[in-house]
Amino acid sequence: MSSPSKNKTLLKVIGASSVGTMIEWYDFFIFGSLATIISSKFFPQDNPTAAFLSTLATFAAGFVVRPFGALFFGRLGDLIGRKYTFMVTLLIMGGATFLIGCIPSYETIGFLAPFLVLILRLLQGLALGGEYGGAATYVAEHSDSSKRGYMTSWIQATATLGLFISLLVIMGTRVTLSKEAFSEWGWRVPFWVSILMVLVSYLIRKNMDESPMFAKAKESGKIVKNPLKESFGNKLNFKYVLLALFGMVMGQGVVWYTGQFYAMSFLENTMKIDKGQVDNLMFIALVMGTPLFLLFGWLSDKVGRKWIMLGGMLIALCSYRPIYDKMFQTTNVANKTAVAAAPEVATTTEEDHGVSIAKEVTTTTYTDGTIHKKTIATPLDAAGVKNTAKAKETVEVHINSSDRWTLILMVFVQVVFVTMVYGPIAAFLVELFPTNIRYTSMSLPYHIGNGVFGGLLPAVGTYLVSNAKASGHQQWYLEGLWYPIIVAAVCFVIGVIYVSNKPRTLSE
Amino acid sequence: MNSIKRVLGIVWIAMAIAVAYFGITEFGFPKITSDKQEDLVFGIIILFVLLPIIVGGLLIFGIYALQGEFGDDRP
Repeated sequence: MSSPSKNKTLLKVIGASSVGTMIEWYDFFIFGSLATIISSKFFPQDNPTAAFLSTLATFAAGFVVRPFGALFFGRLGDLIGRKYTFMVTLLIMGGATFLIGCIPSYETIGFLAPFLVLILRLLQGLALGGEYGGAATYVAEHSDSSKRGYMTSWIQATATLGLFISLLVIMGTRVTLSKEAFSEWGWRVPFWVSILMVLVSYLIRKNMDESPMFAKAKESGKIVKNPLKESFGNKLNFKYVLLALFGMVMGQGVVWYTGQFYAMSFLENTMKIDKGQVDNLMFIALVMGTPLFLLFGWLSDKVGRKWIMLGGMLIALCSYRPIYDKMFQTTNVANKTAVAAAPEVATTTEEDHGVSIAKEVTTTTYTDGTIHKKTIATPLDAAGVKNTAKAKETVEVHINSSDRWTLILMVFVQVVFVTMVYGPIAAFLVELFPTNIRYTSMSLPYHIGNGVFGGLLPAVGTYLVSNAKASGHQQWYLEGLWYPIIVAAVCFVIGVIYVSNKPRTLSE
Repeated sequence: MNSIKRVLGIVWIAMAIAVAYFGITEFGFPKITSDKQEDLVFGIIILFVLLPIIVGGLLIFGIYALQGEFGDDRP
């Protein structure tokens, strides 16, 4: 094939793979981004913390099944081909996402609502488990070895682009609709939008050819009959599966999820910053950081993958506590001076699904422009008496422009760590395994590292923080960080000692 | 370097055993037997998801390391 023609084909391959990956991650991320509102719609509201944790657990369930999706679809990809397998995963993912947007609320259908959410979430996780390995393998098997890191980094970048677009769609819906309309039905729109994106991606992928390396292996009869047995029953391959997991992906997973998900959850749930402001600052930090995926992917072709990824891991684990402390203190009202001696208190009564709710809103404005709003919503009984046992307290902090930029910088720094560990990971993984078991073998450690170690991070982190707060720990807000710090530290040591930095070629 | 890789195999095996012990006694059972739903969710995650992967994986990794499977002279 001539060079311009080869480049054109490669661009199409990257485009088709990356767009699909972006959509799959978009689908996965909107659930995480809307976790708070989903918890109020699909779970019992007697205990908001339980509802939120249940949502995180449902969110985590999607991650926990990803390794099973990796095994199922990885096996298919190594038997029938990369192209058809990752088209199936795309359709499952898009269909499940669309249907989540159609489920009636807990108030309407009771416990069937969280049950259906869980089932569709599991389907999403299974599909995602099969998608990434297919896309990464497909691009890697089309690329020259000297550019493999750069070419596959597009897939890594579009995974973050999926988050980026999910935030854009959510913000667009919030801006277009009133707060009440968004809370009532508007949150479903991002789920419905998914089906249009999936159709476009399906049409692009449909016209692509099979990977040349897989086609060659198939022609020469080198396809193995049982990729699972070959990958995990053969010590020669299985030891690399373990090395990939404990020496690289486990740490990469927690750094990725800390920088993009835990940071968002921390801003919203621990620092109580207004959701719209959180979306906005995450969006800006991601826009600034996304090109760095390509930079570090490219750099890994020049200097090797190992030290870029391990370097990112080391800097991340050493700096998480100072970064999160700075974030927390930036909006801590204990460090600020109130404009007026007494806060402004407004009392109203509202109707919510036939129940009268007395709302007391206490607003404190600070000299630097920060606004702290505490709302106590108490249901009234038939006689108009407050049922204080069922009162709910919510806090919302509106940050000023200067604090906003400080937080953007703090999140951006974490995104830089993410790009260092995540940019070269696809090239690193595909180079560890031969063509006939590549899809299966690389998918499993990737999805255990990211899906299990990374995916469970918000749930474990939130639990550790709430536990430390309840026990009166002085720096309770930093306790959730021990999980990523310890996992990344163990992974760093194993990676330094056992992972080779020698350039590798794709073996048949 | 090969001998360091081998010797450290013992560390990974010991770490797997320590994680299993503390995971079960400190985080697993006390949490799943707790009345609080938050504790229960956390306990399930630790006991049935994280522990089997960390303990099983690290144990096999340690055994392979001890056997010299990750030596520079191996394929």
